[in-house]
Amino acid sequence: MKFEGTSSYIATEDLKVAVNAAITLERPIIVKGEPGTGKTMLAHEVAKSLDAEIITWHIKSTTKAQQGLYEYDAVTRLRDSQLGDEKVKDIKNYISKGKLWNAFESDKRPVLLIDEIDKADIEFPNDLLLELDKMEFFVYETGETIKAQNRPIVIITSNNEKELPDAFLRRCFFHYIKFPDPNTMEEIVEVHYPDIKKDLIQEAFKIFYDIREVPGIKKKPSTSELIDWLKLLMTDDVDAKILREKDPKKLIPPLHGALLKNEQDVHLFERLAFISRRENESVE
Amino acid sequence: MFINFFFDLKQASLPVSLKEYLMLMEAMNKRVVDSFNVNDFYYLSRSALVKDERYLDKFDRVFGHSFKGLENPEGETTKEIPEEWLKLMGQKYLTDEEKKMIESLGGWDKLMETLKQRLEEQKKRHQGGSKWIGTGGTSPFGAYGYNPEGIRIGQKEGKNKKAVKVWDKREFSNLDGDVELGTRNIKIALRRLRKFAREGAETELDLDNTIKSTAHKGYIDVKMMPERRNKIKVLLFFDVGGSMDAHVKICEELFSAARTEFKHMEYFYYHNCLYDAVWKDNNRRYNDNIKTWDVLHTYPSDYKVIFVGDAEMSPYEITYPGGSVEFWNEESGETWLTRMLNVYENAIWLNPIPERYWDRIASTSIIKQIFSDRMFPLTIEGIDQAMRELNK
Repeated sequence: MKFEGTSSYIATEDLKVAVNAAITLERPIIVKGEPGTGKTMLAHEVAKSLDAEIITWHIKSTTKAQQGLYEYDAVTRLRDSQLGDEKVKDIKNYISKGKLWNAFESDKRPVLLIDEIDKADIEFPNDLLLELDKMEFFVYETGETIKAQNRPIVIITSNNEKELPDAFLRRCFFHYIKFPDPNTMEEIVEVHYPDIKKDLIQEAFKIFYDIREVPGIKKKPSTSELIDWLKLLMTDDVDAKILREKDPKKLIPPLHGALLKNEQDVHLFERLAFISRRENESVE
Repeated sequence: MFINFFFDLKQASLPVSLKEYLMLMEAMNKRVVDSFNVNDFYYLSRSALVKDERYLDKFDRVFGHSFKGLENPEGETTKEIPEEWLKLMGQKYLTDEEKKMIESLGGWDKLMETLKQRLEEQKKRHQGGSKWIGTGGTSPFGAYGYNPEGIRIGQKEGKNKKAVKVWDKREFSNLDGDVELGTRNIKIALRRLRKFAREGAETELDLDNTIKSTAHKGYIDVKMMPERRNKIKVLLFFDVGGSMDAHVKICEELFSAARTEFKHMEYFYYHNCLYDAVWKDNNRRYNDNIKTWDVLHTYPSDYKVIFVGDAEMSPYEITYPGGSVEFWNEESGETWLTRMLNVYENAIWLNPIPERYWDRIASTSIIKQIFSDRMFPLTIEGIDQAMRELNK
């Protein structure tokens, strides 16, 4: 079992090594990185390339570790007992399986994505330590132990909103997806839009990386935003010449709404474009 | 060989443990990377040993030292070059004629030798010119300049694509933050500041109420209640720069402990005393500050306010308009502090300077007075007391 990237996802060499190490050693891998660099995508693509089932567990601020294992619905059982429902006699009827249980039960080795683990309470990762380490847990209500038939490939993403406990980190591999350089970015775009015009890409990239370089920009556009923007440019059939436009009235790139997400940034960018135009003039 | 590498990492105070080392060995044993490729080994060990992006840069340096026989990260040649020197400051455009005029200094060794010397000699940022290291010049050292045999330092992209060796492969450098992980004591002290309340969706069984209601009605009547949560909300204000540089470590520890401990926490920076604006990012403090009025209006008065600062300045900086050392402040720091205290009833000041010196510093006494004596030393004991005070 080896992950080599897929036709729709460009994985850098270091990312492949990290993922393969996690697969071989059957340990979780934590993926961090700027928003929009494809952290969540990675899990889907790993699953696709290994032809495995993907089980996603989206974490919210209210998510409890226990919910990933199972939940026992005592309240419904109590209610049912009053109505004399036959179901009451078997406690199993009131236990609903969580994502981890599903993953452990799978016949074929699945990919388990624990998305945005940093959203949860600080104790959340610690509560899952043993379960992810041993890949088994105990169900108190029924007295059975659930053990993974095939240790799932666990991919955990984090946006760095909270620091994760050391004990948890020690058990995982770690990868920080850095922002792709222009070459990798070109490959990524190639994968998404194989028939995009070369000159359009070039101009668009220049604008995109320029925007990212603007000091003090509030929300840097990310890969996914670039992809969206290119798609818009293509559907509107914008010519590369327009992107090269130096007319002061058309400084802001067309359809910039896909790249710049708040008005301060638009304002900042206007300033930058103005300065760069002046520089160009002085050189020419 | 690997053991040495591991100890090198330890020595560079990277938080690596035996468990991670064994994990790496296991991965090597299982041939995760099958070729004996240095790059693959680098990726594998990085993924196994580094668990936070702020250590990546340090890891790169130690790795280079251990395996490539490069000079020590703290050694002479790779002595940290102040980033300030190399900040992009615009560049000099050279004509073809000028380019031709530039003669290389000799072979590679010669270049290294001279660079070493220059680093020793040069103490300040430099730009342009043809000898010193800096940006945009024609010296063989530095970035954004032109010399066919130049060494590139801290440059983003090869401008002329001719530099002999690229030193700035260390792509993670600005994420390095030396926060010690010994924050557990602080966390425990901060834990005093907890106020549990039941709010939100009713998800827990309220046993007492259920029994009561069932007895009352004669059939089982299930009552639910919301879960208990810590509803403390905190605003943290950090003094940065100047005399606070000596206390950066303890402030970082406090910051990282508070970040994990409080769910609702906002932080701001100020310099010396609170005036009409604060900021959230020290690199952008001049273009991107937040009006203090906005802070007062945004966060409701049930927020608890913690100021962290040494309160060491000229008394004028607090008491007089225009007293700030950095800009003209229309209203005095005292006015702003009082405004803050009027909105937020629960506010305290944490001071990293030991308590016994406070009375001797005029500005500290003034601030202590403004805060009605709610100033505490930035020690475990002090934080403990401060949290009790905030909980009142």
